Amino acid sequence: MLSNEQIIEKLTDVLSEEFEIEKDEITAESSLKETFGLDSLDLVDVVVLIHDNFGIKLQGPDFAGVKTFGDFCELILRKLHESEA
Amino acid sequence: MERRVVITGMGIYSCIGVGKEAVKESLYNGRSGIGLVAGRHEFGYRSALSGIVPLPNLKGKLDRRQRVCLPEEGQYAYVATCEALEQAGIDADYLARHEVGILYGNDSSAQAVVEGIDKVRESGDTAMVGSGNIFQSMNSTVTMNLSVIFNLKGINLTVSGACASSSHAIGIAALLIRNGLQECVICGGCEEVNKYSVANFDALAAFSIREDAPEKASRPFDRSRDGLVPSGGAATLVVESYESAVRRGATILAEVAGYGFSSNGDHISLPNVEGPSRSLRRALDDAGISPREVQYVNAHATSTPVGDANEAKAIDAVFGSHKPYVTSTKSQTGHEMWMAGASEVIYSVLMMQNGFIAPNLNYEEGDEFAQRLNIPDHRVDVEFDTLLSNSFGFGGTNSSLIIRKFR
Repeated sequence: MLSNEQIIEKLTDVLSEEFEIEKDEITAESSLKETFGLDSLDLVDVVVLIHDNFGIKLQGPDFAGVKTFGDFCELILRKLHESEA
Repeated sequence: MERRVVITGMGIYSCIGVGKEAVKESLYNGRSGIGLVAGRHEFGYRSALSGIVPLPNLKGKLDRRQRVCLPEEGQYAYVATCEALEQAGIDADYLARHEVGILYGNDSSAQAVVEGIDKVRESGDTAMVGSGNIFQSMNSTVTMNLSVIFNLKGINLTVSGACASSSHAIGIAALLIRNGLQECVICGGCEEVNKYSVANFDALAAFSIREDAPEKASRPFDRSRDGLVPSGGAATLVVESYESAVRRGATILAEVAGYGFSSNGDHISLPNVEGPSRSLRRALDDAGISPREVQYVNAHATSTPVGDANEAKAIDAVFGSHKPYVTSTKSQTGHEMWMAGASEVIYSVLMMQNGFIAPNLNYEEGDEFAQRLNIPDHRVDVEFDTLLSNSFGFGGTNSSLIIRKFR
């Protein structure tokens, strides 16, 4: 099982590779929209990416309130913990 | 007042070359672009023959969103369109400030459809298809993508007319420009070559199975032809009004002088003689020229037994004792499907510009109908200024274009 740090590192890697974002731009405060330039279409691809890499299925409402990479990591960690419970 | 319509840019991505210079050399030297594709038989194809088309690498040229939405044939179309715009001298600033349209021939996007639905079947969840699949899988994928990539503001429409799609696209663009509704239109056609693209066409036993010598498989008008060879890529032309070309200081490559069209109203796959004959005559009438003024006919002839014979009858019926040179460049390229009408105009203009007619490869002995025509089996070095290009498709859709040197 991956530690929280390892999960965040993997999230950094997969987002960096898929969306062609420099890793040093990916911090907890980075805005998904403003910093990464992700729009509603990109979030559809994020759902696929997370499923393929972490085995969990995100739904549209899951993104409510998720603005930064830090928010996103919290969402994924929570979903992973729920799936393990 | 009707405006004259001219071609000011051409771009080509085909199995006989990427770019006009490479394609011109292949035409001049009679080089075939046909080969065998590994894995086709294992997949279920009767024939492994195909035009061999390299896939471009667009990373660094298009951003991720643009690439995610662009299917294989769209990638070819993008490269061909960049080349055509560059030759026409049209840059991003011009496109941003003027109403340039796009009419592109396309009649499938099989890979995106198949792979998208396969993902749904496997996952039981449409969300697993991702965001790009819908934009890749619609028939209008190329015009919807290129209009966004190039910031186009004029007409934005895909023309689906089977194997005559891109010939009709040029013809309809010419009509819009001639009547003052558009100044400049990017037009052309494209076709994917992946294993999904023509599997159902292979099912009709329409493809050549002469696999022992791929370069001899496509043999339009030859008595021993046994079917077509599928191929693909993309071809783009910039067509505009004469006034627009002069205003921009563009070099005029040729004139779209006439467009003829017809429908057979007959069999879904078997072509007849009457429908194509009407299309040819209508193109001549539209250009206001007599058959004797046409020096070269780029035939649709795909290397199928019935199709070539009926086209030969139609050409013979229209041109009679006047015997223009007739060749099918499909002898080198195979059948480029939705792309063929546009690519064959480009091949023909390249030949007209450079004073030669490429050989009708593998024309060893014509059947009784082909023997009535003037079909060279070798390259002919000849200056000519007027040509007719035929494109016919399933459902009996026919398109003929008259292209002339501008004077």
